[in-house]
Order: sequence, then C-alpha cells, then structure tokens
Amino acid sequence: MANVTLRNVRKAYPNGFEAIKGVDVDVADGQFCVLVGPSGCGKSTLLRMVAGLETISSGEIDIGGRVVNQVEPADRDIAMVFQNYALYPHMSVYNNMAYGLRNRGMPKPEIETRVQEAARILELGTMLDRKPGQLSGGQRQRVAMGRAIVRQPKVFLFDEPLSNLDAKLRIAMRVEIRKLQRRLNTTSIYVTHDQLEAMTLADILVVMNGGKVEQVGNPLAIYEKPATTFVASFIGAPPMNLMSTRADEIKSQLGSADAGILGIRPEDFVITDQTPAGGVALALTVEAIERVGAETFVYGTRAQDEQRIAANPGELPPGEVIVRIPGSEAPPIGQKIRVAAVRQKLHLFSDDGRTRIEA
Amino acid sequence: MENRAIFSGRLLACLLVFPQLAISLIFFYWPAAQALWQSFLVQDAFGLSTEFVWFENYVTLLKTPEYYHAIGTTFFFSLLVVFFSLAIGLLLAVMANRNIAGVQIYRTFLIIPYAVAPAVASVLFIFMFQPGLGMIARALQRNGIDWNPVLNGNHAMILIVIVAVWNQISYNFLFFLAGLQSIPKSVIEAAAIDGARPARRFWTIVFPLLSPTTFFLIVVNITYAFFNTLGIIDTATEGGPNGSTSTLVYKVFLDGKAGSDLGGSAAQSVILMIIVIGLTAIQFRYVEKKVHY
Repeated sequence: MANVTLRNVRKAYPNGFEAIKGVDVDVADGQFCVLVGPSGCGKSTLLRMVAGLETISSGEIDIGGRVVNQVEPADRDIAMVFQNYALYPHMSVYNNMAYGLRNRGMPKPEIETRVQEAARILELGTMLDRKPGQLSGGQRQRVAMGRAIVRQPKVFLFDEPLSNLDAKLRIAMRVEIRKLQRRLNTTSIYVTHDQLEAMTLADILVVMNGGKVEQVGNPLAIYEKPATTFVASFIGAPPMNLMSTRADEIKSQLGSADAGILGIRPEDFVITDQTPAGGVALALTVEAIERVGAETFVYGTRAQDEQRIAANPGELPPGEVIVRIPGSEAPPIGQKIRVAAVRQKLHLFSDDGRTRIEA
Repeated sequence: MENRAIFSGRLLACLLVFPQLAISLIFFYWPAAQALWQSFLVQDAFGLSTEFVWFENYVTLLKTPEYYHAIGTTFFFSLLVVFFSLAIGLLLAVMANRNIAGVQIYRTFLIIPYAVAPAVASVLFIFMFQPGLGMIARALQRNGIDWNPVLNGNHAMILIVIVAVWNQISYNFLFFLAGLQSIPKSVIEAAAIDGARPARRFWTIVFPLLSPTTFFLIVVNITYAFFNTLGIIDTATEGGPNGSTSTLVYKVFLDGKAGSDLGGSAAQSVILMIIVIGLTAIQFRYVEKKVHY
C-alpha cells in the first residue's frame, strides 16, 4: 500500500530528444491511475521510469514516501505487467509465478500458498504445469497478472496489457483487472492508448501529449470539461466536433466571444429547426450514416467552408460534423438538416486550443 | 498457414534443388563412398597393384596402440576446444550485448579472428609461443615455466587448443550474440523486477533461453574440433612431439599423405566419420529434448 508521487519528472535522451518534459502526478494509496495518450506521447516511458527500467533525467519519483530515483527495479516493491506479457517461456505457469518469490528467498510453503491463492483468483488452477507456449492469449495475460499479484507489491504497473487481445477478451479482462484491483486495493498505474479503457478503469486519468500532461482528473470530469482541444478530441469516441468561431454561421450566433474554437460533442446535438437561446445551430448536408444499433452516427458537412484549425490526433477533417442520435432512425444521405446544441453543452477554447474558456 | 512453395513444373523444382544436391554429392557422398571403397583395398608402395582385402585394414588399425592413443587425444582435445570456445564466445557475447559506448566497434573486432585462416592463425601463435623467440614463451620462461611445445607434449596440446579456440571464438560469439538479441528485452526486465540479480538472471533466464543456440554450436564445434583443426595441428606441431597432438583427423592425413598407406588412412576416415555421425545422433536424440525452443 503506497501512494506514488511524480515531481517535475523529466527524461532527456543523449541525442537531445526530450521524451518527458516535466510531469507532476499524484496517485493516492489504492487509486487506479491511467496514463492515456497517442503513441509516442511518453506514457510508456513514464511508466518505465516509475518501474526503474528507464533512468530519470531530473525530478523525483516517490513511492510510499521514499524517493526511488536511484533504487533498482527489484527494490522498488512494484510489479509490472508487460504488453507482450514477458512470461518466462521455459518455465511452467507455477514457476513463472514463483520465480519472483524464490528470488526473494521466501520459504517454500509460503510460495506454494501464495501461488495457489493467485491461481485460484485468476482461475489458473488447472494450468499450473503448462508452459506459456501452451496457453491462449487470455490465459497468458492472467499468468502475467498472477506473477504480479503473488508478490503483493506496493504498486502495480500495467503497460498496455490488453492490446494484444481480441476485442471481446479485452472487455472481459478490463473488467477483471478493475475487480482485482478493487479487491486487492493496490495502487496501480496503467498505460493505454485506448480512451475507452482509460475512461472505464481510471479513478484518476492523466491525459498526455508530446511528453507533457494535458489534463489530470476524474475521467468524467475530464470528459465534461476538457482543458484543451487535444483532450477534447482525444477523450470520447467519436471525437468532439471542433470548429472555428470565426466562420460567419457560428460568429453570428455566439456573438463576440474571446474564444477561437468551439467544441460540441456528437451526442449533444439534436436534429431540430429551432435554435435554443444562447446555443448554436448548424446547417449540415448528410454525407454518411453509421448505424450501430442503439445509436446512429450522422456524418455531415457544413455549408460554409470551415477555417482550418490546429489538427490533433483523432480530430475530424475541417467542415465535417458528427452527430449522435439514439435509435436507428436517420435522415437519408444527401438531405439537408439542421442540428442544434444548447448553451451548457458548448465548449470554448482559445485560438491555440491550449486554454479552456468558461462561457 | 500453408508454408510450402508449390511449383507448377517438376523441372523448376529440380533445378532449384540441384546445386545443393550437387554439392553434397560431389563433396560429401562421392568422397565418402570413395573412402569406404578405398578402405577395403591395399596398394603396394609403388601403386602398381591393388588388392581387395575386405576388413584387413580395419583389423590392422585396431591392433595399433597408437590408434587408441589418437582417439583419446582427439576426445581430450575436442572437449577442451568445445568447452573453451563456447564459454569464451558466450562471455564475450554477453559483454558485447550491453549498451556501452562503441559497442559496434567491439563487435566488429570480435568477429575478425574468424576471417583468419586456421593455418595462418597457427603460424601467428607459433611465433608468439616459440621458445626463445616468442614474446609469450619468453614471458612464461621468465616466470619460471620451462615452456617448450616442441619437446613437451602437454605444452604442445595447450598450444593447439589455444589456436583452435581462438580461431573458433568469433563464430560462437556471433551466434551467441544473435541468440542474446533474440531474447525479448521485456523478459529480462520482468526478471529484474522479479528481484533476480544479473548473475541469477543469466543462469535462470538467459542461459536456458539460449539453449537452442548452444545446442547448435555444440554440434558445429565438435565437428570443427574433429575435422577442421587439421591445418592448425599440421602447422603448429605436426602431431608431435611423439604423437601427443596427433588427433584422428591428423593421423588420417599423416598415414595417407605422408605414409602413403591409402587403405589404412581410408579405414581411419571411415571410423572417424562413424564416430562423428554417432556423436551427432546422440546429441539430437538426448540433448535436444532438453532444449527449449
């Protein structure tokens, strides 16, 4: 049991590339912290720095009140689950889990108890004699989890542990990991590029981009009040619609706002001819329809040419707007529609997208 | 997934297989068959008459005490060469697999000795170990060791083992390095987090995962020590002093070429062939089972 604190942590490589540009994160005891961001944003590097697999250029990493910058990975009292599981291929499932305990000189009966207990929790009881090569992806994943939990470490570190699994298994394992973490109440740091995984797992969500933290907080709070356009378009699927407020159609409705960028989530639109007071209405031509059963996504283009704004990953092309409507009823392709969002659902950002402006 | 190439015509398939088959036939099966045939023949000293004598060459051979001595020498020599060339090759590979400055340069230099022909390597070492002239020999003598491979059989054996090992280290180094680099980094990291110190990590994780490479190299190195060291022995010691470094392959050469006993030499080479085939078969049968792929 421990809290993890990162204070102005930086990582620079000898070639001058700065992978982590000063990160401050505070994970309280027993919390599940998720680091999320696009590939190359430094989230895995940061996790590996917490694990001790990467050196820290400056700043401090504190685990349970002890600065661990110079501490070997083995002595940080952490356990890590790797993306490729990193099981020892020549050892049985039992030995994979027992290895870390033997290295620490634990007496045999206690190793036996702990491994059996982990195997029971993870339903690996019948597979203890098998080699990793004889297991399915999901089973290997569970062995990797087992190897982490037998040690009863202060902190669990997960490096995209579900990305090698198929979609169904990923959802099942996601729930398993959350349940397990709740039960063991062990502080966890979890890296993923999947925003859905991030939203569902996190107590505390850290959105990273380009080696920096964009926003830290409760996942729903981040969803409701993204601090930057990057967070706005990264968190949520499909992404938030972002448009320039300089276009005539919007300018006339918003009035003279300081904001340069307007964001509206797809689900906050309704198809209507009315314009709610203080809200924004857009004229769209329906280009494509995606029906997924419970909901339907309408892809429309704006009448006016949209002024191009800073392109972020996951962001829509200029002029395109996604509208989410419940059910499977949808306007036909090619039809002109009007969609509107109420004032409270508008997100306003500065011109560079770096600052949120409260309306 | 179907991993087989399908050829439309038989001709193309045959053409593609032909070069490999031709090489095996011309350079292995043909001489092997010749040797087998040769081993049943006795020729007079001037090569005027040849007589078919069945197993007489073998019988004579197995009655010669020097032959048994050569078998012992060969096994002793091979054991030393295989052990040291593998151990040193592995040690260097582990060293050169670390993230250190200039690692590419070290790797290149560690591979170079393989480009030196065995006989040339042998000459280099003869110079260095030449009693009275060689720098290493003189250093040994200064330290009270009466180093003389020309007279002392043990010294001669040490000399050829050093040359043979030195010549083979690069090959083993290269394969071990490739083997080390194919071990996923995350497995090593997992072991580090699991509290295994470097030495323990090596023996419990790295070494077992290298076993396919090690097994392959043991087979190759035994063959090397049995056959390819002929040039080294011939240049360094000529099998002496008093036959103390005369291995089986060197005796084949000596009796056939210098002694002109073609039948006896052929019989020896057939026996040598059987020994190596037998050893390799044993390795595949028993050792390979313990190898983790």
